[in-house]
Amino acid sequence: MRADLLTDPVEGLDDALAAVDGFDQVLVGGLLRPQPAQAVGLAGLADAVAGSPLAGRVAEAAEKTAAGAADEDHYMALAAARSALLGSVHDALVERVEEAVGRPRAEGPAAAADGAERPVNLLVAVRGWLCDLARAGWQGIDHELIGGAAPVVTAMLPEPGLRRLATLLDGFAAELAASCPGATLERIPVRRWADLWSRAMLLTLPGADRATAVGEATGRLLPLGVDLHEHATAVQAQVHAVFEPADGGTPRLVRAGVSAPKPDTVVGAGLWQLLRPHMSLLAAVSEGRAMELDAMPVTAEGDLIWDDARATQGDPAEPFTTARVAMRTAVSAPVTPVDRHPARIAVPVLLEGYAVEDEAEGLAFRVAGERLAVDTGRMPAAGPLTADAVASSAACLGLLRWDAGRFLLQPLAVERTVRKKPVAVHAAAWAGGTADKAGVRAEKAATDAVNVLRERAGRLLRK
Amino acid sequence: MRVVPSARPRKLAKVPFVELADGRVQGVVSSGSDIGRVYVSSVEAGTYAFSCSTNNNRPCGGAHGAFCNHIRALIGEAVLQYGAERVARYLKVDVFGEQADALGLTSAMTSTHPAQGDRSAAAQVFSRFLRHLAYLEFAPTTAPVPEMHWFPTTGAVA
Repeated sequence: MRADLLTDPVEGLDDALAAVDGFDQVLVGGLLRPQPAQAVGLAGLADAVAGSPLAGRVAEAAEKTAAGAADEDHYMALAAARSALLGSVHDALVERVEEAVGRPRAEGPAAAADGAERPVNLLVAVRGWLCDLARAGWQGIDHELIGGAAPVVTAMLPEPGLRRLATLLDGFAAELAASCPGATLERIPVRRWADLWSRAMLLTLPGADRATAVGEATGRLLPLGVDLHEHATAVQAQVHAVFEPADGGTPRLVRAGVSAPKPDTVVGAGLWQLLRPHMSLLAAVSEGRAMELDAMPVTAEGDLIWDDARATQGDPAEPFTTARVAMRTAVSAPVTPVDRHPARIAVPVLLEGYAVEDEAEGLAFRVAGERLAVDTGRMPAAGPLTADAVASSAACLGLLRWDAGRFLLQPLAVERTVRKKPVAVHAAAWAGGTADKAGVRAEKAATDAVNVLRERAGRLLRK
Repeated sequence: MRVVPSARPRKLAKVPFVELADGRVQGVVSSGSDIGRVYVSSVEAGTYAFSCSTNNNRPCGGAHGAFCNHIRALIGEAVLQYGAERVARYLKVDVFGEQADALGLTSAMTSTHPAQGDRSAAAQVFSRFLRHLAYLEFAPTTAPVPEMHWFPTTGAVA
């Protein structure tokens, strides 16, 4: 890997991010009564997209918003402009990563979103709430405003087609609720909340979040590791893997995910328990096995829409072997326009021959003279991989990410040398279940929690 | 990057449900003596007005003029789940340094001799608990949810 490319400045990046930051600052104070400083931020955003097809609409939106006369379409135009800017940042960063890793991208047209029928009234309700949020600003949020999201989320969650937006809103609203009242907030996660806000705005456009299968995958799936996501009331496990087509075509990097809403007290091993019955791939990950796929639907972005009926257990496959052999020739999938965002960059890489730097500001690997920070916070609690194991590792299989202006490595697994032999520790080793002592304890605690919830609810209901 | 850390693992037998919502710390507390009985308890932010009643809507015998043991247990578990700082901020209780724990929080509130609130909150708490439980019943999906990249697991805290 050419690590120097990861630390070299990317041309134009600072300018694009400055325009984004200028707009994000506008959302801090809110758009109800715009101040002159906010007009500057709005104009900056409009200037930054002046050479794009969005130019006219964004310029108008910036002007109306600065005058306090914006409607929902104007807010949508601003969210679109911000997303387009971050999309360009994403593209520049991904190009850099591909150069550094030396991995080509499969060419292919991104699938057009299909305009599936949606309960449009719910999307309109969400947009209304988001616009109220923008008017109030982060400093103006209170429990009444944030509580307005709950009924909409409740109505959306049972609807599979609205799950993505509902999951985003639920996590965002919980975070805002925990930060109320905004007037006394000491630190505001300005870019993060603007990210979540503009993303939610775009997802209220019918069809924007549709993942459409464009093909079928038949062949061998070799897991690399699992990226686990959670907020208080949702969880997602995303398996990164190399797919080798049965017809001898070029191996591809793919993902397979499973997600579910959850009560906030289901944590740790409880997350795996919730997801496990719905994706046999998690058991394969724990057992260190490949899976054979037969016509598994796959999107243009390389996301398998998993169906247990189309997968069977395969031969043993050690992820580090997969990374050293199959991953070297694999190509990555293109990213659909709406998903181009730096926070979504998660590129599987294998690092070896680094020096570990364990300092006050956190763990880092020195790779070919360059410092690459290691994000050990993203490793699942219910798993055997610890920061200590990472710090004493000789090889690391991870996801290259980008956050707050620099690249980071999220470990998925490490190899340590124990008595002159490599021993692998996988972050998601417990995904499919475990015989590990600590793991069994965590499993039991999680089972107990869910049983108690159900039993107590039964008592309440039987009154 | 995460703003709200995930709930800390806790045993649910005593207090199966606790949340900071509707301007109250509220939840469901198991009876210590009768396995068939649960209490719906709450404390209001700011005024600390408290309320506790059974699932049959009978007032709790202990919650006359002062916090009953159910309410104390509720606050204890809220602190376990959310951390004392967040509970204190939600309830608008000023506690500092060593007092920022469940005991300190409780005594800071009881020292103001809070009034007994009305029991109308119980029905709302009950429906919130059911909403909470409904989260166990939604079908998982295998369609990608890219938005979850903004919510990484924060394993290190557990």
